[in-house]
Amino acid sequence: MNRTSIYAGIFVAIAAVLGAVLSPYDTGLLTQMLIYGIFAMSLDLLLGYTGMPSLGHAAYFGLSGYAAAILTLKLGWGFALAAPAGLLVAVVAAALFHLLALRTAHSYYLMITLAFSQVLWSVAVSWTELTGGDNGLPGVKRPDLGAWLPWSFATTRGFFYFVLIIFVVAAFALYIFVKSPFGYALRGIRDNEMRMRALGYNVWAYKFTVAMVSAFFAGLAGELYMYLNSFISPSSLSVTVSAQVLMMILVGSVGTLFGPVLGAGIFVLLQYVLSTYTDRWLFVIGLIYVGVALYAPEGAFGLIRDRMRTKRSARP
Amino acid sequence: MNEMGVNPLVVSHLSRNFGGVRAIDDVSLELKPGERRAIIGTNGAGKTTLFNVVNGQIPPSSGEIHIFGQNATKRPLHARAALGLGRTFQITSLFRSLTVIDNMIIAVQALHPCHFVFWRRAQRYRDVTARAEALLEKWNLADRRNELVKNLSYGTQRQLEIVMALAGEPRLLLLDEPMAGLSAAETHLATDIIVNLDRDITVLLIEHDLAAAFSIADSITAMDQGRIVAEGTPDEIRKESSLQKIYARGGATNS
Amino acid sequence: MTFWIINTLNGLSLAMILFLLAAGLTLIFGLMHIINMAHGSFYLLGGYIAITAIRLTGGFIFGAIVAVIAIAVIGAIIQRLFLARLYKQEMRQALLTLGLLFIVADIAFFTWGGDPLLVPQPPLLQGAVHFWGIVYPLYRVFLIGCGLVIAFCLWAFLERTTLGAIVRAGMDDEEMVRGLGINVPLVFTGIFALGAALAALGGVLGGPLLGMFPGADFEVVLLAFVVVTVGGLGSIRGAFLGSLLVGLVDNFGNAWFPQLSLFTIFVPMVIVLALKPTGLMGRV
Repeated sequence: MNRTSIYAGIFVAIAAVLGAVLSPYDTGLLTQMLIYGIFAMSLDLLLGYTGMPSLGHAAYFGLSGYAAAILTLKLGWGFALAAPAGLLVAVVAAALFHLLALRTAHSYYLMITLAFSQVLWSVAVSWTELTGGDNGLPGVKRPDLGAWLPWSFATTRGFFYFVLIIFVVAAFALYIFVKSPFGYALRGIRDNEMRMRALGYNVWAYKFTVAMVSAFFAGLAGELYMYLNSFISPSSLSVTVSAQVLMMILVGSVGTLFGPVLGAGIFVLLQYVLSTYTDRWLFVIGLIYVGVALYAPEGAFGLIRDRMRTKRSARP
Repeated sequence: MNEMGVNPLVVSHLSRNFGGVRAIDDVSLELKPGERRAIIGTNGAGKTTLFNVVNGQIPPSSGEIHIFGQNATKRPLHARAALGLGRTFQITSLFRSLTVIDNMIIAVQALHPCHFVFWRRAQRYRDVTARAEALLEKWNLADRRNELVKNLSYGTQRQLEIVMALAGEPRLLLLDEPMAGLSAAETHLATDIIVNLDRDITVLLIEHDLAAAFSIADSITAMDQGRIVAEGTPDEIRKESSLQKIYARGGATNS
Repeated sequence: MTFWIINTLNGLSLAMILFLLAAGLTLIFGLMHIINMAHGSFYLLGGYIAITAIRLTGGFIFGAIVAVIAIAVIGAIIQRLFLARLYKQEMRQALLTLGLLFIVADIAFFTWGGDPLLVPQPPLLQGAVHFWGIVYPLYRVFLIGCGLVIAFCLWAFLERTTLGAIVRAGMDDEEMVRGLGINVPLVFTGIFALGAALAALGGVLGGPLLGMFPGADFEVVLLAFVVVTVGGLGSIRGAFLGSLLVGLVDNFGNAWFPQLSLFTIFVPMVIVLALKPTGLMGRV
C-alpha cells in the first residue's frame, strides 16, 4: 500500500458514507461533484499534462450526452448500446476535429476549440427536430443494470453509488494513464515539444491520442450528467460550461489529478452557496477568472506541491 | 560498429533559402565513423541552419542527407532519432518543470518499445529506470536526481542537455554550441564529457570557442556566408590564411 | 438571380461588421500576442452605449461617437491596468479577458435587460435603393460602404504613416522597435484602444441589423475568431479576406441549411486550414 492508495481509499470511504447519511438534495450535489470531477480531470489531460489549452471542452461533454439521449429517445436503443455509442461519438468528433486543429499553430488552439464547441451549440439550438432546440430533450430514463448492480438508479442515492463506482474506475484509469510512459511523454511535450521530437517522439500522435482519451472521459461525464437530470439542453454545450470546467482545474491545480477534483468540489459548493445569495453567477465566474489570471495561475494546490517537492530534494 | 565503411553522415549539395537569402549554399560533408568534426564560422555563416536541416527541424531547399546510408532527406524530425541521430540545442532545451530523473526517463524511453504504452505505469519498465539512473551515475548527476531542472545551475543544465542526448544511444551526435555561456571551469568539464564519449559515437559540433573546438575535434569544417570555405585537420586549419580574413571581418567571435 | 444578389449583399454587410472586429483582434494579437476574448464585450457595450446615447439625444452620429470613444477609453484602461501587468504571459492574458467577457456580459444583462434591442437607424438611411428590379435596404448599402472606407483607412494607416510603420515593425520584431527608443507601452495601449474602438464601431453599425442581446458578444467574437483563423492571425489583409469568406458562407449557409446554422462556417475553415494551416495570409 503506498500513500496514494491510502488517500484514495479514505476519499472513497468518506464519499460512500456521505452518500448514505446526507439528504437526497445534498447527495445530488455530491453526485454533481463527482461528475464534474471526471470532467475536470479529462480537461486537465489536455491543459495540465499536455499544454493544450482547450476552451471548448463542453463540446464532448454535451455531444455524448446528446448522442446517448437521441439514440435512446428517437431510436429506442437501450442503455447498453446508447451509452457506449455516445462515448464513441465524442471520441470520433475529437479525432476529426483534431485532424484539423493539430495542423494549426499553438495560438489558434484556444480560438478554434471555442469555435468548435460554439458551432455544436448553435446546431443544438437550431436543429429542433433532432435536439428539441432550446427546450432540450427531457425524459431519458436512468439505466437499470439489473444483474450487475442490483439496486435501483431511480433514487438519488442509488444513482450516486453508480456514479461513485464509475468515478473510482475512471480516476484509477486516469491515474495509470498519467503515470504511464505515455503520460511522461505528455509532460515532456508540455515542457518542450521540440526536444521531444529530437528525442524521437512523434508528438502529433501523442496529441491526437490524448485528445481522444480526454474526449472519452469528458463524454463519460456528460452522459452521467444527462442521466442524473434525465435531461439535456444546449447549455451543456455552452461556453459557460467550458469556462466553468477550465475554472475548476485552475482553482484546483493544473497538471494534477486530485486538484481538478478538488476544484470541481469547490465549484459545486460555491455555486450552491452563491445561488442562495445572488443570481449574478456570471459576474462571480468573471471575477474568479480575473483573480486567477492575475494572482494564482498554477492553482493553489500546484504551487504548494511545487514548493514541497523543491524542499524535499534540496535536502542532502 | 558493424556497418564498417558506411559513413554516419553524408550531406550532398545541401541548400536552404529563407526568402531571398541563401542561409546555406551547396554544402557537402562526409563524416567517417567515430570522427569528431567541428564546424566553425562567424555568426550567420549558416552553421545552425545546417544543423537544423540535418536534424530535420527545417526542410532543405535542395540537396540530400544520408544518415548511416539511409536517405533521411524527407524523414520527419522524430524519425531521424530512430536512425541513430541525437542532438543537443544551443538554447538549453530541457523539461524544466520536471525532475532530473524524469527528464532522463523521458529521454531513455523515447526509443524503447514502451513509449506509447498508456495502460501500465512507467515504473514497471525497470530497464528504462535503471538505464536512466545509470546514465546519471556515469555522468555524475546522480546526486541531483530529484531536483527540478529549473532549479539547477546553468552549467548543470548544459551537462544534462548532453547526457539527455546520449540516452537514446545515438551513434551520430549533433552538439550545438555545447560550451555556450559556460564558465572556464565548466567549459573544461563539458570538454571532458565530449572527449570521453565512446569512440563508436560520431560527433558533429558547432563551436564558437575555437580553443575548445580545436581540442575536441579531429577535423574542422569552416563555413562562411553559407558555404564551406575550408576543411582539414586542426593543424591545417590553423595555417589557413583565408580564415584569418573571415574572422577579422566578422570581429572577435570567442564569446 | 435576385436570391444571389440579395444574399451576396447581405453576406457583404455581415462581412463588414466582422471585419471591424477581426481587424482589432488581429492587430492586438499581432502586436501583443493577446487573444482578446473580451473583444465581443467591446462590440456589445459599444452597441448598448450607442442605444442609450441615441435615446437620450436622438442623434445617431452623436451616439456612435460617444460609444466609440467610451469603449476606446475602457480598452485603454483595461490594457494599462491589467494586461500590461501580464506582459508576454499569453495564457493568463486570455483567461483575464475571458473573465472580463463574463463580467461585462453580466453587467450588460442587468443594465439593458435580456430582450434584444436594436440600435435605431439614422433617419437619413431608412428606406431602400432600387436597382435591377431589386429593392434593397439603404442602410445595408451604407454599411458596406463604411466597411470598405474603414478597411482602406486602416490599410493607409499601416502602410503610409510613420506610426503604422512602427506597428508593422513591432509585429515583426518587438525588440528591434524597443531598441529604436520608441515608447512601446504607449503604442501597445494605443493599438489596444484602437482595436476596442473598431469593435465598438462594429456594434454601433451592426446594431441596427443584428441587435444587441445577451450572448451577442459570444456570437460575434466566435465568428471573428473563425475569420482570423481563416485569414491568418496578425494580418489585416487576411482579416479582410477572411471576413468576406465567413460573411458570405454564413449567409448562404443560413439561407440553404438553416438547421445547421453556424456549422456551415466550419466548411471554409476546414478547407483553408487543410491547405494552409497558418490561414490565408498567416504569419504565425
